[in-house]
Amino acid sequence: MHRNWEALSFSAVFGFFALVSIVVLAGPTLVILILSFTGEESLRFPPASYSLRWYAALADANELHAALWVSLKVAAMTVTACVVMGVSASLAIARSHSRFARLLETLFMSPLILPALAFGFATLMLFSMLGVRASALTLAIGHIVVCVPFVMRTTLASLAQLDPALLDASRSLGASGFHTFRHVTLPLISRGVASGAFIAFMASFDNVPVSLFLQDARTQVLPIYLWDIIQNQLDGRAASACGVIIIATALIMVLMERLAGFSRFVK
Amino acid sequence: MAGASFSRSREWALALPLAGFFTLFFVAPLGLLISVSFQAERQMTGGLGLGQYGAFVADALNIAVLADTLIVGLKATALCLFFGYPLAWLSTRVSARWQAPLIFLIVLPIVTSVVVRTFAWIIILGRNGMVNDAILALGLSAQPLRLLFSETGVVIVLAQVQMPLMVLPLITTLQRIDPNLESASQALGAGAWRTFFKITLPLSLPGIIAGTILTYTACVTAFVTQSLIGGSRLLYMPMLIFQQAMDLQNWPFAAAVSVIFMASVLVIVGMLVALSRSRAAKLYG
Repeated sequence: MHRNWEALSFSAVFGFFALVSIVVLAGPTLVILILSFTGEESLRFPPASYSLRWYAALADANELHAALWVSLKVAAMTVTACVVMGVSASLAIARSHSRFARLLETLFMSPLILPALAFGFATLMLFSMLGVRASALTLAIGHIVVCVPFVMRTTLASLAQLDPALLDASRSLGASGFHTFRHVTLPLISRGVASGAFIAFMASFDNVPVSLFLQDARTQVLPIYLWDIIQNQLDGRAASACGVIIIATALIMVLMERLAGFSRFVK
Repeated sequence: MAGASFSRSREWALALPLAGFFTLFFVAPLGLLISVSFQAERQMTGGLGLGQYGAFVADALNIAVLADTLIVGLKATALCLFFGYPLAWLSTRVSARWQAPLIFLIVLPIVTSVVVRTFAWIIILGRNGMVNDAILALGLSAQPLRLLFSETGVVIVLAQVQMPLMVLPLITTLQRIDPNLESASQALGAGAWRTFFKITLPLSLPGIIAGTILTYTACVTAFVTQSLIGGSRLLYMPMLIFQQAMDLQNWPFAAAVSVIFMASVLVIVGMLVALSRSRAAKLYG
């Protein structure tokens, strides 16, 4: 009897806290999603009436379109570079037990721990001393450094699960190193690479601390543009733009889950 | 054998592009940051010295900003652990059918924009927000509470925004714990609470520390959340760096503040890593 009561109280307490966490985790995103369909002028929750007016207002928001375009362009450049350089570096250090390999791994992962804002400022100083002007390329260079750890983490995780006997078999059957990579390694790690590429894309698309230093008036990125709206005028278009971002993110994530088992790689 | 060493050296070459990129655009800027922080003059005329660091330490306001930043991170991380642990526990206990949507729910915030998630909290915590509407309707207070632009608000929102970083490593470690250990403990007469504190919690310590490192570093550097929820009244290290660098164009001082901030974060992470090593040695050594 006493044991039953104890087990029950344990489950009740842990279950309660877990439930609160679930509500708190999902709630804010739902609030914005619902609010984005408001028919009112002011952003009050819950809305008194619903409409698509703020979504319609997005159609002629030219500055927002420009910022979205910059963000997409930078994220595409960032992901391409992160995948090419990150995957090849992962191949080099994955199976090595040497100290040097661990050192490189620590170096490549350290942007995850270091304050990105300090790094953004440091990169701004470097570019300004070299006389390089802000452009989508300078933004992408800053983003690559902070996004490459995401690609490497998932790629290294899937390389760790790769059976080395498969590679030996391929080589002993006469396949060249590249042939083995193309037809054995790559298909087996593609899910990890795709998951990392997705996280890197979203991290670049969402980055503020680095972009803040590396953008200029012509290359304002979307999150900073939205931030300005939210801080200064709290326009209904901020809600509908956020609504678009939420819906697009959720859809891509469902797709990534189906194709690559994405959530396994985030842990 | 010769073939093996040949392919080894060729494999090394694959790390070169990223190593080169990091040398140019990560190591070099950080080196520059450190050297600029030792410039004596604001105009960077070449004289070197510790003047910028001296100026930081001399002003009690700067020390307060550093302390506030580190403490707010600590509070938010503690809140994450307190609520995140039961959530991680639940997601390892539910049936496979429920686990997938639950993990999806935990992971979705990681890829959803931080600006979007912080924006939601402005609506929820604002003067005319949901929480204040509820408080006024229930008669808990005659005036709307100041939740936005307060430290409590910053802590709550930081904890919510960064919670997945705590929960995911916890799920990984909780899944690795042999369920027989808990059964054995219960068979030997320990109740659910005692089994948790004596078996599950100590064994999940590596996950707690991994989650704490990720959450803490994310919280102290969360520029967007700190400045949108904290407003202009609450100043934290990232904003201090930004103001000094961009608004006041005082690069040497901003560089010194950056170095102090990075060093503080690294010291705290180093302490957590050392703690996890010593605990691991005690448990498994």
